[in-house]
Amino acid sequence: MTTDVALPTAVSQQFPSATPRTSLDCPAFNIPAGDARALLKHLRDTLGYDFLMDLTAIDWSAGQSPRFTVVWHLYSSTKHTYVRIAAHCATDAEPAMPTATGLWAGADWHEREVYDMFGIKFTGHPDLRRILMWDAYPYFPLRKEFPLAGLPTEMSDADINAETGVGVIAAPMAGGPFVATPGEPMSEAEPRAKDETWNEQREKPE
Amino acid sequence: MATDYSFPDTAAKTATARPEPADGPSKEFDSGKMSLSMGPSHPSTHGVLRIQFELDGEIVTKANPVIGYLHRGDEKIAENMTYNQFVPYTDRLDYLAPLANNMAYAIAVERLAGLEVPARCQAIRVLTAEMARVSSHLMGLGAYGIDVGAWTVFMYCFEEREKLYQLFEELTGARFTTSYTRIGGLQRDVPVGWTDKVDKFCDQFLPILEEILGLLSRNKIFLDRTVDIGVISQADAIAYGLTGPNLRGSGVANDLRKDRPYSGYGQYEFDVPVGSKGDCYDRYLCRGEEMKQSIRIIRQVVKNFPGGDWYARDARKIFAPPKDKVLTSMEELINNFMIVTEGPQMPAGEVYFEAENPKGVLGFFIVSKGGGVPYRLKIRSPSFCNLSILPKLCVGNMVSDVVSILGSLDFVMGECDR
Repeated sequence: MTTDVALPTAVSQQFPSATPRTSLDCPAFNIPAGDARALLKHLRDTLGYDFLMDLTAIDWSAGQSPRFTVVWHLYSSTKHTYVRIAAHCATDAEPAMPTATGLWAGADWHEREVYDMFGIKFTGHPDLRRILMWDAYPYFPLRKEFPLAGLPTEMSDADINAETGVGVIAAPMAGGPFVATPGEPMSEAEPRAKDETWNEQREKPE
Repeated sequence: MATDYSFPDTAAKTATARPEPADGPSKEFDSGKMSLSMGPSHPSTHGVLRIQFELDGEIVTKANPVIGYLHRGDEKIAENMTYNQFVPYTDRLDYLAPLANNMAYAIAVERLAGLEVPARCQAIRVLTAEMARVSSHLMGLGAYGIDVGAWTVFMYCFEEREKLYQLFEELTGARFTTSYTRIGGLQRDVPVGWTDKVDKFCDQFLPILEEILGLLSRNKIFLDRTVDIGVISQADAIAYGLTGPNLRGSGVANDLRKDRPYSGYGQYEFDVPVGSKGDCYDRYLCRGEEMKQSIRIIRQVVKNFPGGDWYARDARKIFAPPKDKVLTSMEELINNFMIVTEGPQMPAGEVYFEAENPKGVLGFFIVSKGGGVPYRLKIRSPSFCNLSILPKLCVGNMVSDVVSILGSLDFVMGECDR
């Protein structure tokens, strides 16, 4: 496997604010949110990273600060190497990040997905709407506090709601993924569904 | 007895159904634009894609794809189960090439563990992934034939695909949802005599493939429907993150099997076909040629099929021990129990791995905090990125050409929506 050995010096020369990020494969950098766009542009135009392969976010769960990290994966079609760029969102309550849509047209859908799943607003995005969930959906499902079973909501269409009287219900998790938690007392560690709608601690909802 | 076969009086019905306006029918045509919703249930949208069009006559002036009808929250699900438990979910991403997805996911997790599987395991994975590529392209080709009005192609393709599915069934026990890989190995070794059957399939497949492609490549109707339709420039293909045959059709020779060989792809000889114009026809030609190259790879794998272990024997905390050992040794039983309940033990860290799948580049970004469950798993799906070019690509084309464009992009909504 090849990695771009010259990249760390090339990046740190131009961007002193970029710090190395622990990574098990390709070179990775942390960058302040304000410099992210400039770094991405530099990587694309000067260092040959012409493909935005992936754009996503990580939620380090509520109470952590910084809570949200946006991650870009770039690929160079000439050097055949990857680079990972990560930037923390400045605020945890109203996370935001500058958009990359001006650099790659493909960033449009990726950023809409990250907004849809995490609620991170990409400033400057031309059309920041939900993409996988419907427009009126009230939650951000990939945030850590969102339960696996889902939360009951209303259907997307008010007409259907009125006609059927049935909303979106949480999925029954009985039988669903059983995982043991290592390093806890035996009674706690035994295999159980990680995200049951109810268990010994939480009462069965009506 | 005489039966009355006369048709009901349709004219009278239309008159009641469409009352004329009080001031008589309008003399002038409405020249305004029309909005048309295509899908989510439409034969040419290959699943549940919906596109809202704004039309000027028959020309598309605006296109707004609506996706998410098949969203199942696979990434959320992955965060709540062990690494091996997620393997069946990868089948359901690109469900036309589950074996290739299985392999991409397994290698991603193995990269996280810093684990290299033995040569035999790698060879089996390459073999199955290339067979999956052939079956996926056959499906894409057959469906494309139907889209542009050639039924025969579909029947020919499905017959060959069926032969592949029988081989898959013999290997994995399932035709469709194979779940064949495990982290650090495979579900089982190949059955005795199976590779010979694969070789036989290759022998009879190539002439039939020529016949199938012969039905389309110089077919006047097919050429009219595909040449110079849906042209994607190199710059656009890169900007939208297109991958796979859709990118190579535009003349960008990017193939991770060549550029960043994984699972021992480096030892096989094959060519990467590229297009010159980037139209629907080029993408079709690329897929046709890719099948031939896949057969070339399959033949090489079968010819030099390595012996030895088919799973990483030294990865004791990752790959569950064989059943006979579990049933005879207490230690192995405990080990098996730990791997099943707590999952294969992974170090903390971040890994991003991409594999060249039939539809394009399938990537997995795994964030681990250690243990048997990923903290975050992001699936970079090729169909999602390939479809993101639609708002640009459809504009200026006729609605009937949109059908041709959709078929040429060869997407799967299960993967796009995750």
